[in-house]
Amino acid sequence: MKYLIKNTNLNGEVTDIAISDGLISQIAPNLSLENHEIVDGKETIALQGLVDLHTHLREPGKEDSETVATGSLAAAKGGFTAVSAMANTSPVADTAGVVEQVFRLGQDCGLTAVFPIGAVTKSLAGKELAELGAMADSIAQVRVFSDDGNCVSDPLVMRRALEYIKKFDGVIAQHAQDPALTVDAQMNEGSISSQLGLKGWPAVAEEAIIARDVLLADHVQSRLHVCHLTTAGGVEIIRWAKARGINVTAEVTPHHLLLTDELAKTYDPVYKVNPPLRSERDVMALREGLADGTIDIVATDHAPHPAESKECEWQYAAFGMLGLETALSIVWQTMVESKLIDVQTLQARISTTPAKIGRYHNQGLALTVGAPANLTLFAPNQSWKVDRDLVLSKSRNTPFHGMEFGGRVIATYFEGRESWRQI
Amino acid sequence: MKHLLSINDLSYEDSIAILDTAQELARVSDGPMKKLPTLRGRTIVNLFYEDSTRTRISFEAAAKRLSADVINFSAKGSSVSKGESLKDTALTLQAMGADAVIIRHSASGAARRLADSEWTSGIVVNAGDGTHEHPSQALLDAFTIRKHLSHGAPDLKGIKVAIVGDVLHSRVARSNVLLLEKLGAKVFLVAPPTLLPVGVENWPVTVSFDLDQVLPEVDAVMMLRVQLERMSDSFFPSAREYSRYFGLNQERLSKLKPNAIVMHPGPMNRGLEITAESADSARSVIVEQVSNGISVRMAILYLLLAGEM
Repeated sequence: MKYLIKNTNLNGEVTDIAISDGLISQIAPNLSLENHEIVDGKETIALQGLVDLHTHLREPGKEDSETVATGSLAAAKGGFTAVSAMANTSPVADTAGVVEQVFRLGQDCGLTAVFPIGAVTKSLAGKELAELGAMADSIAQVRVFSDDGNCVSDPLVMRRALEYIKKFDGVIAQHAQDPALTVDAQMNEGSISSQLGLKGWPAVAEEAIIARDVLLADHVQSRLHVCHLTTAGGVEIIRWAKARGINVTAEVTPHHLLLTDELAKTYDPVYKVNPPLRSERDVMALREGLADGTIDIVATDHAPHPAESKECEWQYAAFGMLGLETALSIVWQTMVESKLIDVQTLQARISTTPAKIGRYHNQGLALTVGAPANLTLFAPNQSWKVDRDLVLSKSRNTPFHGMEFGGRVIATYFEGRESWRQI
Repeated sequence: MKHLLSINDLSYEDSIAILDTAQELARVSDGPMKKLPTLRGRTIVNLFYEDSTRTRISFEAAAKRLSADVINFSAKGSSVSKGESLKDTALTLQAMGADAVIIRHSASGAARRLADSEWTSGIVVNAGDGTHEHPSQALLDAFTIRKHLSHGAPDLKGIKVAIVGDVLHSRVARSNVLLLEKLGAKVFLVAPPTLLPVGVENWPVTVSFDLDQVLPEVDAVMMLRVQLERMSDSFFPSAREYSRYFGLNQERLSKLKPNAIVMHPGPMNRGLEITAESADSARSVIVEQVSNGISVRMAILYLLLAGEM
């Protein structure tokens, strides 16, 4: 299929973009081409296809909440041309066999690139290293390893993992959470958790692990990525580490850029997530950190759960919320509309840099003639209201239900094919 | 007000109305005919997910004295132990025509979940949810304090109350702090720093780690139950050390003002947070709290179900 996107805004200029054979074939104003499907790009901006470094696709094992196919559809709707499938599936993605299976499911679906993330330790148990080398050498070519959901809390195991992955230029994506400080933790520890009688998840449980890990990464000269940063103190530690030249990157989720722990007052578990929603002060520090580059990327931590895991008491509910379909609208509102970053920086944070961290070579590339046609058309002035009954994910646990956003994804092109078109 | 989930649901006037109604109803209870026909034909469910003797019996007695039909649904011996969700249990009770659900649950916020859901249309009364709140206990405590110390005033203005012990895990303390403040009392929280919630400095209370310093100041002292398993979680070094610093004993009793009262929501750990002499002393109103509990819960059910509030 060939497409001709008319009158979109690319890097500040109104132009046409032609797509054929999976590549961007021409970029120029007023193109007129045969055999191309015309796409009206008026009042849209063309962005590099978004790249998510943190996605729970739930397959294999938890297909009642999401599959690679439904997750890919949600990703395409959200403007993503690449997602990274977290390892906490069942069985855990701790062998070459499982990561190859997930990789192939992604290819079969063909709506977005699916890069499996390998577990750091066997069964995510934090004790023995998983088959990191085999996963790296598999057809999935895994470079990102994470026990996400669990923290690699043993400092020696973390040290070994950081050392071992140097062999194939990998990176450890750490879910920073000291387990002893967060037993049965339910929400951010602060005045609201005290009032609600919900067990607190203190900021120090995140910050202590980040501090330890940046020092370990420095010591063994390896590459560390900090998942879903949520605290002002964490931002400070990353800033300090980067100033020291430590090879660390960090991510923030759209929900941590927008929502606060005030929402727990409803006791509605749709707001229950790990790490938890924090205070207004933390939200502001995260936005500032993302703006100045201390935080390198936005990642969704898209975490689908079936209805019964959320239709219950807060304490018994599962952690996690949907993220793929709303990510760009939220980042646009919180970061671009608020003038904290420009469109170029937005692309760096949500496309170029995540692709670089994951070593996803065909992703996160500038929109130039000859480049793979991975792009997203975003209409910054087309407002929409989130409706959980209309999500494409298999689950409905979006905390943004009923919220209105000013801009939305209009179309997504993955390797030259239209993977999403808003009608 | 449709439900009673938190003291925050009550205005000052609502709180006084409950206490005044309870006082009226107490008079009836003291008479020869204890039963009133007010809630005849109404069905009240005691939905208890957590062991509780006194609260369940108290609500049951209150409902029966108002002639309501009472169904006791306890987690043990019901389908809850087979893994039925709160939602399905609530839908079942709804189908059976419950007018009110009195819920006790180990999860904080369970009562609010039930009230906010579409699973039941009945009135929800929180009979204790996790470490969140226990509003009927606070109301019966305020009723008891008012009776002994307000000298006929409708509220608790100027009365000083110490709440001593495991504030961190106590729903009784949370509800009491809110209600006592609403009614004009001055609250002292006395506990080891490990058993105070984060952010307590922003609560409308005076915090102290020194029980001996606080005792001569207050008109009422409310001892909280200390769970022995807190010891293994390093909240304090030993039961003996806890008693030494935070237990109410004969010597400390003598430091209280002449008319000061001793309270405990029960069940007590005699010998840990309170000695037998203190619990059984003339200052103790602990047993009276139980009988006041029935009057206060009658008032709550009456005002909510008869639509007077």
